[in-house]
Amino acid sequence: MSQRLLEIDDLVVRYGPIVAVREVSVNVDRGEIVALLGANGAGKSTILNAVAGLVPAAAGRLVFEGEEIQRLPAEKIVRRGLALVPEGRRVFPKLSVIDNLRLGGVAQRDRSSLDAVRQQVLDLFPVLRERSGQAAGTLSGGQQQMLAIGRALMSSPSLLLLDEPSLGLAPIIVDEIFQLIVGLREQGTTIVLVEQNVHRALEISDRAYVIANGVVDREGPSAQLRASAEIERAYLGIGVSA
Amino acid sequence: MMVFAAAGQEAVQQAINALALGSTYALLALGLAMVFSVLGLVNFAHGELVAVSGYAMYLLHDAGLPFAVQVPAAIATGAIAALVMQRVVFRPLRGASFITLLISSFALSVLVQNGLRAIISPRQQGVPLPDFFNESVHLGPYVIGWLEIVTLASCVIALIVLTLFLRRSTQGLGMLAAAEDFQATRLMGISPNRVIAAAFAISGALAGLAAIFLVARRGTVDPGMGFMPLLSAFIAVVIGGLGSLSGAVVGGFVLAAIEVTLDATLPGSVQPFREAFALGIVVVILYFRPEGLLTRVSEAK
Ligand SMILES: Nc1ncnc2c1ncn2[C@@H]1O[C@H](COP(=O)(O)OP(=O)(O)OP(=O)(O)O)[C@@H](O)[C@H]1O
Ligand SMILES: [Mg+2]
Repeated sequence: MSQRLLEIDDLVVRYGPIVAVREVSVNVDRGEIVALLGANGAGKSTILNAVAGLVPAAAGRLVFEGEEIQRLPAEKIVRRGLALVPEGRRVFPKLSVIDNLRLGGVAQRDRSSLDAVRQQVLDLFPVLRERSGQAAGTLSGGQQQMLAIGRALMSSPSLLLLDEPSLGLAPIIVDEIFQLIVGLREQGTTIVLVEQNVHRALEISDRAYVIANGVVDREGPSAQLRASAEIERAYLGIGVSA
Repeated sequence: MMVFAAAGQEAVQQAINALALGSTYALLALGLAMVFSVLGLVNFAHGELVAVSGYAMYLLHDAGLPFAVQVPAAIATGAIAALVMQRVVFRPLRGASFITLLISSFALSVLVQNGLRAIISPRQQGVPLPDFFNESVHLGPYVIGWLEIVTLASCVIALIVLTLFLRRSTQGLGMLAAAEDFQATRLMGISPNRVIAAAFAISGALAGLAAIFLVARRGTVDPGMGFMPLLSAFIAVVIGGLGSLSGAVVGGFVLAAIEVTLDATLPGSVQPFREAFALGIVVVILYFRPEGLLTRVSEAK
């Protein structure tokens, strides 16, 4: 089994005349947590959405587990073990917690493991078990984020893409989410993390890419990037706003 | 005393009429809402699904086949016609604007109507039903037509089966999910083409079922027969809240209750304006609940 799990090669994504991502290359090895950082509108979500198949790649290659996936639709990609937790959580608000999880299980390749996987997810998020019959829309923001992550885990993905999982959550819940991400990696899930919370993301990730205006502006081990945190902060343009 | 009993009896019979009529509207409204919730398309050609299902009954009757064959044929015709519509007309228009879709479905409606005129006949055709439907049962003081009983029972069964399908099966759950967030549903590994095809097939089958009862009521078919039911279904959907499935069903019953009540209470001289009165009441409902009866204000986008 090769070390390389995902390879993004010169990815270009356009929205009509707007080029949102131009020739971005990102590599992810098995077992890593890779962070994608950058200011609002830099193109981070666009990169994740292109990898997950929600938006088409105008050029470039996406290689997952050694196979090109840039022409596959989203519904086929997730069945190969690449799950996206989209920005804004996107749980199905009128459906119950358990039905949201059932839908996450549609892409599970090992059908016989579904019950066991559901139990694991509910063990991971006891609050979801307590509220299993409740409509997802009635959960708090943090609980919805847990549901969105739990739903993605129902397909036992080898690669999990997380788009701003801490957005809009109380600090204590943010801690919980970051601990969870570390825990998932320990259990063998590889993670690509898009975050505005640069500090925390650099703490838990192995490597990071800084995206600015649709290109990779710099990349390196997170420890290194963290060392110049102060500069980064000004550089990323969040020192003023956050 | 006698007068009082007669009035009570009248009211019960009106209520049963309203339920039977409402359940037919509910089937049509549910089909419209289903396609709208998944695709954002208001399908004007939904009425033509009723018409082709009605014509399937007529042709089979003409060929000497019994009612027992006409019933499943009407439902199957509705479902297949809806699938053909989606594959031939709506699928190539995927991603087109709301207005483009609306106009296309309107054009499709006209096309099918004219097709029926050209191929079969512009005139009404009789489709006599089994005599059974003209008979009534006496329950104590009440006289209830078999047609109303069968209509109501069939529609209720259809609604229960559909609810179970949507809630219990993965396929059905995928449709509910797609109605809420189409892209997120794709992220679950659910094919949009299958969800859309299923929504059309179900809406068509429901239209076929409704057609059976509409034909039974009228005893005839004609190329434009789908228009008035479509209009009612559309109003029902609006009353219930555009895109809400349970709202569509409730809207169907509410509209039927309004119509039947007006039928029974309006003096003969204003009866021709019944439709206008009904629409007036709908406008009043929407004035107070602009998002429809079943949509909470907080849910409104
Ligand atoms: N659906 C769309 N249609 C047109 N332009 C879009 C669309 N989605 C994103 N864009 C544009 O593409 C660029 C990149 O957006 P993207 O959402 O990928 O940024 P981001 O880094 O995720 O930002 P944020 O931190 O705000 O989530 C932005 O200029 C944005 O305006
Ligand atoms: Mg984003």
